[in-house]
Formats: sequence, structure tokens, C-alpha cells
Amino acid sequence: MIASRRQSILIHLFLLIVLLIVLGPLLYTLMTSLKLLRDMFSGSFFFTPTLANYEELFFGRRSNFLLLTRNSIITGLGSMLVILFVASLGAYSLSRFRWRRLYSGLIMGWLVFVHMLPPIIFVGPYYLNTRALGIYDTPLATIMAHTILNLPLAFWMLHSFFSEVPPELEEAAAIDGCGYFKRFTHIVLPLARPGIAATAVLVFIFSWKEFLFALSLTSTANANTIPIGIASFAQEYNIRYGEMAAAAFFATIPAIFMVAFAQRHIVKGLTLGALKG
Amino acid sequence: MARPSTLAEAPPSAGAASKPAGVLDFFDRTFKYWAVLPTVIVLTLLTIQPALQLIQMSVSDVQFSGGQLQWTFVGLDNFKYLATDVVFPVALRNTLIFVVCVVVIETFLGLVLAFAVSRVGRFSPIYRAVFVTPILIPAVAIGTMWRLMYDYNFGIINQILALFGIAGPTWTGDPNLALISVMIVDIWHWTSFLFLILLAGVESLPHELSEAARVDGANEWQVYRHVLLPMMRPTIIVALMLRTILAFKVFDEIFLLTGGGPGTASQVISMHIYTVFFEQFRLGYGALLALLMALIISVFVIFYQWVNAMARKTM
Repeated sequence: MIASRRQSILIHLFLLIVLLIVLGPLLYTLMTSLKLLRDMFSGSFFFTPTLANYEELFFGRRSNFLLLTRNSIITGLGSMLVILFVASLGAYSLSRFRWRRLYSGLIMGWLVFVHMLPPIIFVGPYYLNTRALGIYDTPLATIMAHTILNLPLAFWMLHSFFSEVPPELEEAAAIDGCGYFKRFTHIVLPLARPGIAATAVLVFIFSWKEFLFALSLTSTANANTIPIGIASFAQEYNIRYGEMAAAAFFATIPAIFMVAFAQRHIVKGLTLGALKG
Repeated sequence: MARPSTLAEAPPSAGAASKPAGVLDFFDRTFKYWAVLPTVIVLTLLTIQPALQLIQMSVSDVQFSGGQLQWTFVGLDNFKYLATDVVFPVALRNTLIFVVCVVVIETFLGLVLAFAVSRVGRFSPIYRAVFVTPILIPAVAIGTMWRLMYDYNFGIINQILALFGIAGPTWTGDPNLALISVMIVDIWHWTSFLFLILLAGVESLPHELSEAARVDGANEWQVYRHVLLPMMRPTIIVALMLRTILAFKVFDEIFLLTGGGPGTASQVISMHIYTVFFEQFRLGYGALLALLMALIISVFVIFYQWVNAMARKTM
């Protein structure tokens, strides 16, 4: 579809306005995080940027943000490893072996259903279970919850990446006497490596941004994650706006990296959820 | 969509046949089943078990006493609370208003954006990359950003309104505006999700029909209104329904921006269930509400699957 010159200028103008609306809150938060409180209240666009808020956020006397960052990373990596193990095996089996439609449909449908249910439904049982198992307020609790939360997405993504590996390669290996397990570890996994990496990063980011389970299954800096830290800023009587903005912007950084480096894969992952439905 | 290619299930020929048939060999021949096992175990432990427990909780009174859980069977007693719960109907109404409004607006905006981006050629990846960003940002961070912008004293929104001589409202503190304020944030957050799905749809449309219409003298508006939009209808319906189901999850931004308030002005179901669980410690009643919500969503999901299947047949 070729647009005339005038039309194309109008379209670009429209999209640039939308671009500004999307980036506006991010830039505003970044700006606020670099301001001292008095500059914030003066409302001026001209100010001397300072990193004081970030220093206070990470190294302040009352701050536990470094611990929360550690917890977020542990939870993200932990759930990512479990998910990759479970989903890569499952997705391989469903994408490469002939299954009765009833069974494959059951598993895929189940995953879709889990993905669609509001997480609040699982909060009560998870709360009791983690208490009973003695893992309440440890990263294990959030790892468990984030595993089920992001398993469906990882499963669809890996299923689609595995399906793209040409079956001829495996058939050739089979003729040479290569068993199923070896074909999986030596042919399919290495060939799907970019896809697996994208899945891993996306799963990490979705764990990084999750709030409800982290809020319900943790209570101290033992296992609280970054979103909990950000929310607690907002609940204080005297809100420390600068630190709050700094924390919010810090939490955004993985998303910005992701968009910059792996955009194509994310788009695929996010739209797959709709297509698999 | 291309069917994924499956392997023939014949045992690995020649070489394997000469191997001694041991445990490893058995493991390998049945690898298909072993591989799915972790998925089934995880799903059972983390969805089936909790679902059963939720049912058990909903007919019980669960109390903590001395660090021990006390379960008392109360039958359908929790239903009695439902009749006296004045917040639940409000939360349900707010949720429905919220879902309908944001889904309609997000679908419309997403479609306009998808059509626009599909026409900018080599620039489209740049726009797409930026528009995707909100989906990947923690909702709590988004809530914080908007909280700063909505701020009565120094928020940028009221500052801009002041430039035009308008005295800005308190946004999240105003009972009439609280729900709308949250909706605006949700639209900012999730329009890109619909944009992505709809853009994939637009890009897969065949060009021939719209070209033919142009050759026949149709103007741009007519091409979109009478050719492209009808072809997009199945995708739009599927995307709209999917977003409807996902919109019921709303919690994070409301927790951060309004906490359901002022009063119950922006109370939604997820928030209400959370309050019942963790502020009133009524685990049994909370479980009942969670089950009701699961039931409502299940109906939507079944309907969605059916529509999705129909849409695929017509595409």
C-alpha cells in the first residue's frame, strides 16, 4: 500500500504524537527522578540534574532496595530455569511426536485456561500452601507462583520455535542411530537457541514485573521483590517522590533493554498467546 | 497456519536395534511421555491441587490460631456473607464498567494504530518497538509514573491544564474521576497489546482486494471501510474477546493509584478478594468469591474458544 506524500506526512505526524504519549510518562519519571524535591515543587523544566535520589534509594540508611533487587533477580532466574526445563521438554514432545488430539489439546487448552484466569484466584491456596510448606516469605514461594504464571507463554513460544527446526535434520540423525533424547539435546536445543534465549529473557521480565503473588506470598525484605518496594513508597504518609520515581524508572530498565535488543522475538511471543488461544 | 511437522514414531532404526535393550533404551523409546511429565506434574500441583483446595476453603471457616490452621466445615454458610456484602456488587459493577470501557477504547485505538503503522513501510519496526514498551514495564512502576503525573500539586497533567487556565481536579482522589483515572492508565498500558495482535492481522491481509477496489475508483476511506475492515473482523473479534478476559485481572495499578477508593469508587473484584483475604482474614469467604470469579471467567473462556474456532474457519 503506497500512501501519497501528504497522507504519509499526516500518518507520521499522528504516530509521532502517539510516540510522545507512550514515551511521555517514562521521560517524565526519569526527569522527576533526577530532581531535588524543591525543583519538583517549583515545576520548572530547567533544573540541575542530580543522582541524589538514586543514591538514597540504594544506599540510604533506611533503604533495603539492594536486597529487593537481589530477591527479584533470584526469583526471576529461579522461575526462568524451572520454566525452561519444564516447558522445553513438554513443548518438544508436543511439537515433534504424534499425540492423540485429545491429549495434546487437553494440555494446550489447560495452559490457555491457566493463562487467562486472574491470578487472584490462586492467591488463597498458594498462601496456605506456602505457609504449610514453610516457604512463605522465601524466594521459593515467588518462584513457585511465577513458574505457573509464565509457563503457558514459555510453552507456546518454545513450541513454535521447535516447530521451525526442520524435521529432516532429526530424521537424518535417527538413521545414524541417534535416540530421541540425544536428538533433543544435540539437535533441536542448539538450533532453537535464539528462540530459547528470547523466551528466557521474556519469562525473566514477566517475573520481574509481577506484583500480586509477590505481595501475598512475601512479607519482609527476605523475599520482597522490587514492585513491593515501589508500592511501599506510595503507601507512606510522607511520600518520598524522588526515590519513588527513581525506583519506578529503575524497574523499567529491563523492559527498555528488551525492546532495544530483542524486539522481534518479544512481538512474536506476545502475539502467540492470542493465536494459540 | 502451518501445521507443525511431526516425526514418524518408528523406533530409531538400524543403529538402535543393535544396542542392548536396557533401562536407557526404554527411557529413550518412551521419551515422548517422559518429556510431558514435568508439565503435567507442575500443572497438577500448581493448578489442580489449588483448585481443589479453593473448593474446600469455600465451604470452610479457616482460622489461624497459635500458628496452626483450624479448618471448620461450615457448608454453604459463606454464601450468607455474599448477601450481606455491600462491597461485592459495587466491585462487580466497577469491574464490568472498567472492562467494557477499556476494551472498547483499546481495540479502537489499537486498530487505528495498526492501520497507520502498516502504511509507514520501513519505519514500522521503530514505531512497533516503542509501542510495545508499556507491556514490559512493571504495572506498579506504571502506577507510580501516573501517580506522579496525576499529582494535585506538581503533576504535569494539572500543570498543563493550568496553562489553559483550567484548575485541575484531584484525579485519583475524586470519587467521580477515580475509576476514569485508572482506566486512562490501563489504556496507556494495554493498547499496545491489541495493536500488536491487530497489526499481525493487518499484515497478513491479501493486498489484491484493496488494490482492486482502488483501481475501481474507491477512495481511501471506502477501501478501509468496505474492504479492509470487513476482512479484519474475525481478528478484531478474537482480539477483543481475549483482551476482555485478560482485563478482569486488573489489580496492580488500582492497588497503587487508588487502593479501590475513595470509598469504593474504584473497587474491583480482584482488589475486593485481596482485601477479604489479607485485611479481613476471611479465607473461606474469599475463596468463595475467587470461585465465583473463576466461574465467570470460565464462561468467557469457553465462549472465546468457540468464537476463535469459528473465526479460524472463516479466515
